[in-house]
Amino acid sequence: MSKPVIATTSLAGCFGCHMSLLDIDERILKLIELVEFNKSPVDDIKTFTKAVDIGLIEGGCCNSENVEVLKSFRKNCKILVSVGECAIMGGLPALRNGIPIEECLHEAYVGGPTVQLNKDGIMPNDDELPMLLDRVYPCHEIVKIDYYLPGCPPSADLIWEAVVALVTGDPMKLPYEVVKFD
Amino acid sequence: MSDLIKFKIDGVECMAESGKYIVEAAADNGIFIPTLCNMKGVKPKGACRICTVRINGRLMTSCTTPVTDGMEIESHSEDIQELRKSIVELLFVSGNHFCPACEKSGNCELQALGYLYQMMVPRFPYEFPLKPVDAKSAKIIKDQNRCIFCKRCIKTIKDEEGRSYFAFRNRGHKLEVVLDEEMGNKIDDATAQLAMENCPVGSILVKEKGFTVPIGKRKYDKAPIGSEIKL
Amino acid sequence: MKNTVNQIVEKYGSDPTRLMDILIDIQESAGYISKEAIGLLSQLLHMSQVDIEQTITFYHFFSSKPQGKYAVYLNNSPVAYMFGREAIKETLEKETGIKFGEVTADGLIGLYDTACIGMNDQEPAAIINNKIFTRLTPYRIREIVKHMREGKDMDELRNESYGDGKNNLPSLRSMVSSNIRRKGMILSDDYNSGTVTREILPKISPEAVIAEIKHSHMRGRGGAGFPTGLKWEFCRRAKGDKHYVICNADEGEPGTFKDRVILTEKPELVFEGMALAGYAIGGDEGILYLRYEYRYMKNYLYGVLQQMRDNGLLGKSISGIEGFDFDIRIQFGAGAYVCGEESALLESLEGKRGEPRDKPPFPVEKGYLGQPSIINNVETFATAVRIIQNGGEWFTQFGTDDSTGTKILSISGDCMFPGVYEVNWGFNVEDMLDMVGAYEVQAVQVGGPSGTLIGPAEFHRTLGYSDLSTGGSMIIFGKQRNLLKDVVVNFMEFFIDESCGSCSTCRNMTQVMNNKLKKILSGKGVEADLIDLKTWSKTLNASRCGLGQTAANPIVSSLKNFPHLYNELIQKDKEFDEGFDMEKSVQAACTFVGRVPNFNHH
Ligand SMILES: Cc1cc2nc3c(=O)[nH]c(=O)nc-3n(C[C@H](O)[C@H](O)[C@H](O)COP(=O)(O)O)c2cc1C
Ligand code: SF4
Ligand code: SF4
Repeated sequence: MSKPVIATTSLAGCFGCHMSLLDIDERILKLIELVEFNKSPVDDIKTFTKAVDIGLIEGGCCNSENVEVLKSFRKNCKILVSVGECAIMGGLPALRNGIPIEECLHEAYVGGPTVQLNKDGIMPNDDELPMLLDRVYPCHEIVKIDYYLPGCPPSADLIWEAVVALVTGDPMKLPYEVVKFD
Repeated sequence: MSDLIKFKIDGVECMAESGKYIVEAAADNGIFIPTLCNMKGVKPKGACRICTVRINGRLMTSCTTPVTDGMEIESHSEDIQELRKSIVELLFVSGNHFCPACEKSGNCELQALGYLYQMMVPRFPYEFPLKPVDAKSAKIIKDQNRCIFCKRCIKTIKDEEGRSYFAFRNRGHKLEVVLDEEMGNKIDDATAQLAMENCPVGSILVKEKGFTVPIGKRKYDKAPIGSEIKL
Repeated sequence: MKNTVNQIVEKYGSDPTRLMDILIDIQESAGYISKEAIGLLSQLLHMSQVDIEQTITFYHFFSSKPQGKYAVYLNNSPVAYMFGREAIKETLEKETGIKFGEVTADGLIGLYDTACIGMNDQEPAAIINNKIFTRLTPYRIREIVKHMREGKDMDELRNESYGDGKNNLPSLRSMVSSNIRRKGMILSDDYNSGTVTREILPKISPEAVIAEIKHSHMRGRGGAGFPTGLKWEFCRRAKGDKHYVICNADEGEPGTFKDRVILTEKPELVFEGMALAGYAIGGDEGILYLRYEYRYMKNYLYGVLQQMRDNGLLGKSISGIEGFDFDIRIQFGAGAYVCGEESALLESLEGKRGEPRDKPPFPVEKGYLGQPSIINNVETFATAVRIIQNGGEWFTQFGTDDSTGTKILSISGDCMFPGVYEVNWGFNVEDMLDMVGAYEVQAVQVGGPSGTLIGPAEFHRTLGYSDLSTGGSMIIFGKQRNLLKDVVVNFMEFFIDESCGSCSTCRNMTQVMNNKLKKILSGKGVEADLIDLKTWSKTLNASRCGLGQTAANPIVSSLKNFPHLYNELIQKDKEFDEGFDMEKSVQAACTFVGRVPNFNHH
């Protein structure tokens, strides 16, 4: 029997959740025995090449590309998991929510204290660039999400417990210490 | 000595002094009923509704209702636990609770209740309201994003003449808790510190303090809220 | 400025519990409550400024900025819209050159929205400087704005008075109509004021009064339906330095206006009822808590009270009964629906924000200023007089077994003859609709937004505490109305605006549910949303007062009785849709950076 397939991605995240996944230490050897990775920064496979069982999403959606990637994950994965605060509630990028996007762009490219060399007030507007959304969206406000693993990042133990449970079909054992929001 | 009376919580026989509020009477009997707005020794105002129990088919707040002889209280049934969880979730979505960036994280009672109920994600959509942070006072930061309107600061932080430093502003969904500008400028260190401590979340901060206790050693890192009560 | 504030504070004995009166006086004398005034009050009353501001910002009619020499408050209840509010609003904005929420540059005119002002039978209606203007039309608005520009005073502004009944009394000059369509024991003209006080009270004991009220099985007319005799008995038994009789004339439930009519046509009956209650419970003082929207009645009611004093119906040793000393004062609210909730009313009476109290203790034990108090509806007091006049037994012949007596209904909306109708309890909805000339009826909102929205399948039901319980608000919607968009959303927003904000549930869940309703209305809804609305509404049951506990009713009752309206709106081919709209959400950023949205090649 072929092994369950996992895909992962980082949308508007910082790769901290991926780091935490790698933080499972020696259990990583067990993991590659248990599963096979498809599209993921872990193995650098860029497109889906087969049907995936579990998609792990890091980060929320701050631009149009995030949305498209998320939708393709939904299409290609049986189970989608929001991993980390950013995927669940936008996380720190969502601190901009509520502030008009014009103000954010102005702060970032024109008026902010770290802006030095943009006398003409140029904004990134190339047609190839992803388009910024009016706010950062939690993943489950765009596609259906099946499981959530909170934390910033979620502890390696939480990710491990959850992934193993999903792969083996065993119930998730989540001791008090592993579910944290920071 | 006041009279001891008998009552039941979820069928368990309990005893307490007559007239005690249910939360306290329950705690005396080793039963934890979660609260957010309540503070021992301070006149209760059932604001957060987390401590809701069912008595005679009616929902009542246990922080404001005194126990009476023979009272039968339903507290940990499935629907009441679900109600409490939904209130916690409601508080999370209606403010901006960015736990990873909050000075109170790990010591926050709202977050601790999120842990207690294993809130993986709130069932309600996030509102992301735009709320101000008031840093005008020399000592205190009042961050509206995190306030849960428990009223603890309003009730407990007063000057020698009994005037309150904090008060509500507006009503309903536009409610805010604000710091008096004049008094906020004169507040002494001890009162400022007390205000921060009495706030269950990170809405009142003393300037230039925070993140003093390392992760792993904070109040709710290892054991759930209410652990000290359970027998 | 300083002098005025000083004088006002002195007038009320520098008593912080009279803060409402103090603020009303300042607001009326200056047109707003300035930062400076707050500073002065803070010193004079020994309260922090934020503490004073928390009361100010709670009430709709207090403002911290000048409101305009003429402040126009236009009612925004659904019935106002049904009768042309949109056109009135447009005309007002066009004629003044400002939007609602603004004041003209010269400070002359301010335009504001306000919740139901108790004129549902004569909408669209507005309050301008405490005077009522009803049945507004664009023409009338142009006339009014012209007069305001000419600096005319309020009486001149109302030169074309369309009022009737007692409203034409010089002391009550107003365009308001009473629209009495059906009379019963309360509204009939066969009672001579003072009969009970003079002829019966000297002969019977307070306990006997209570026994008679209990025997009548009368229940409160304000909506909750608590047995009146029992309430009075509890209060009489409760120990306290003083006992208070409080009449609840907050009448804030949208669609209710019968208390306004009773107070206009039968004020003596209400006041006599309060004195009677005072006699029964051993009361020392009566207070009429009157909503600020009815400020136009102030002089009229003070006149009535004075006349009653002159006639010996109020004052010391009333009817020669030793120790029966009782007088009544009027306390105005300042625009807060929740202050109709009895314990919020008490807080407001004490000069505070109208946040309901936790119960127990109940007001009969610890009420106004911590003393035993009864709070009853206007109609309840009026009814009590007729019970004592004719006996509890007599009273039970009207109505049904569990709902004795008559009920005054405020009927408005799509019908030929809106107005007040006094009927026996047990009346059914079908008869009611025929009585008022309502045809092609789609729905009736029974009991206001906090009540239920029913459709034709329920029109056989009867009015009474065990079936369709109501404080009297009946709003009729014809077939042409869009119930969800024009009624349910309006009512939800009413609750959102009017929640005191104390309970986590009421403060937030109303908003969450309304957002979901709006999502459904925008065509983005799915089946799961309907289930969510039903389950989420349960959280509101844990709210402290009736406002929060019933705040989901507009949605819950329309979901139950008009499911097809929702089913027509939801997407049948989708299981999931959280309402995300890519095109909409990239729009602002693309425009700002100067690029055309492109959804093809990423
Ligand atoms: C939000 C809210 C608003 C209310 N408004 C009124 C009101 O305007 N008038 C009234 O008589 N009762 C009102 N009530 C009911 C009162 O709390 C109280 O039950 C009533 O005044 C008691 O008088 P009764 O027994 O004579 O009806 C309201 C209740 C709630 C929860
Ligand atoms: S600032 Fe803190 S203590 Fe004060 S009401 Fe808000 S949450 Fe409660
Ligand atoms: S239910 Fe609403 S209005 Fe009533 S006390 Fe609670 S927050 Fe205030």
